[in-house]
Order: sequence, then structure tokens, then C-alpha cells
Amino acid sequence: MFDLTGKNALITGASGGIGGAIAKALHGAGATVGLSGTRVEPLEALAAELGERAHVLPCNLSDAEAVTALPKQAAEAMGSVDILVNNAGITRDNLFMRMSDDEWQSVLDVNLTSTFRLCKGVLRGMMKARWGRIVNISSVVGATGNPGQGNYAAAKAGMVGMSKSLAYEVASRGITVNAVAPGFIETAMTDKLTDDQKSAILTQIPTGRMGTPEEIAASVLFLASAEAAYLTGTTLHVNGGMAML
Amino acid sequence: MSDIADRVKKIVVEHLSVEEDKVTESASFIDDLGADSLDTVELVMAFEEEFGIEIPDDAAETIQTFGDAVKFISEAQ
Repeated sequence: MFDLTGKNALITGASGGIGGAIAKALHGAGATVGLSGTRVEPLEALAAELGERAHVLPCNLSDAEAVTALPKQAAEAMGSVDILVNNAGITRDNLFMRMSDDEWQSVLDVNLTSTFRLCKGVLRGMMKARWGRIVNISSVVGATGNPGQGNYAAAKAGMVGMSKSLAYEVASRGITVNAVAPGFIETAMTDKLTDDQKSAILTQIPTGRMGTPEEIAASVLFLASAEAAYLTGTTLHVNGGMAML
Repeated sequence: MSDIADRVKKIVVEHLSVEEDKVTESASFIDDLGADSLDTVELVMAFEEEFGIEIPDDAAETIQTFGDAVKFISEAQ
């Protein structure tokens, strides 16, 4: 349905469940993909599965220099970065009163500051091309809050405000900036939940099930497409009705 | 007029779609030539490419007029 032939997409956190699905969806629509993440092996495996038009670009997002270098490496490998998907994220949950400065800072650094740096790094090329798509993967938790996730919720809400501000600045140059806020999705992150936790969560979700990574990827594909040119500064909440925002 | 000034003027005229005679020494990109703040960022990017130089952010902020741009680039080369 959406054709991304000739477009080059950089996806962070591509070794994870949602990131991998996003990479597959964009690649399946014809895009060349740059797969970034900290773990090289799953990235190599994904690149091998995708075949042509896939580049592995390892990067530790808590390393400021490596983050700043990533857009340049991606542009060298692919020719340009037309689509940026900031999907990488970490959690370091703790009760607010017990949360250490390090737990706070590391989550802000990887989830929010790296997104800022990567957006900044790809804008020059997008401004010149008068075309660009930035999709920041936020979270339902950024809008609703969640006990034990003060750091994660702050970072994810921060991404939304940042996306809106940037969307204002670059809209006249054909660049859109949007966020996708997943609810509970079947990934390694939610596999860690106990069955009791899962069934408690499911009672809160009108669709009665967790979402799949492919359902997040479909929203990202839409926002990355030429057809979504008039959509900017918005957040797509993909959460099975868990929070109707 | 120097070669640098000619090249800078060409970029300004093209990018901001203004008449060449409006681009005077003291013409401010924003106040006189209708640029917005993002246009000035793009002008600096265009100067960097045309002249193969790097203009750091703090220096870019001091380039307000056509004259400023020519002076900065002449010194940077």
C-alpha cells in the first residue's frame, strides 16, 4: 500500500521486537534500512534475513560521541537518511523514593537525549532534500504515568514535547515529526511480566489482548509514507483502547 | 566586488528569492530580506558547502547581514 522505494531509513533498537518489526515493515515497502542497536548478532541476523538493502550500524546510545556519529555513518552507508525511527529504549524501574540519580539519568540519556542528538544529526540532509520523516517511539506510559517508571515516563513524555517543537520548526521544509505511543506489546520487555501481572493488565485493555510488534510497525510505516505528509506533531496511540487519548 | 561577495550574493538571491540590488552590505537577512530563523540556518549550510568551510553555531549566530557573511567567509578561507 505504501511505497518507500528509494528512501533510506535509520532505525534504532532494531535488535528488539518492535524495532525489528519496524525494520521489516519499512524494508518490505521498498526502503533501504540502517539497523542500529547495541547487540551486533541480532542485527546481523536481521540483516541476513532481509537480504539486500540492509545495513548494520551498531551504536551504544549511552555514548554521546557514538550517537553523534551515527547519522553520518548511516548517510555514508545508505547515501542519505530520509526516515529516522527513534525506537531504542531502556527501562530501569524503581519506586520514585528509591530511584537513584544513575537510574534516572541513564534512562533519560538513552531514551530522550539520544533521540535529540539523532534528530539533530539527520535534519541537515532532510532540510536540503526538502523531505524527511521522523518517527519517535514514545509509550502509553508517557501519557498516563506508571508506578515504578518515573524516569521512563518522563523520557517518553519528553519525546512527545520535543517532537511537537521540532515539528513546528521544520514543517515548512517537508519534514514531519510524529510519535507513536505503544501500549502493552508482546516483546521481551513484557515477557518478563508474571502471568498474574499480564492478566491484570489485560483487564485494562478493551481489545482483550496485547498488541503485536507488527501493529506498531504498521503505524510507523504509515507515518513514514509520502501519504502522511499532512500529519505532523501528532502522537498515534496504539494501545488496544487501553488509554483513549 | 570580490568573487566571494558575488558567490554569497548568488546564494542569498536564490535562497530568499529577493532582487539582487536589495542585497547590500548592511542588508539584514531577517529584517531586510524576509528570512526567518530557519532560512538563516539554511543560508549558513549553503555557505559551508559553497566555500568548503565549517561555520560553528556560535559564529553562525553573529552572521546577521550580507556584509557579515562576506567578512566571515573571507576570513575563514
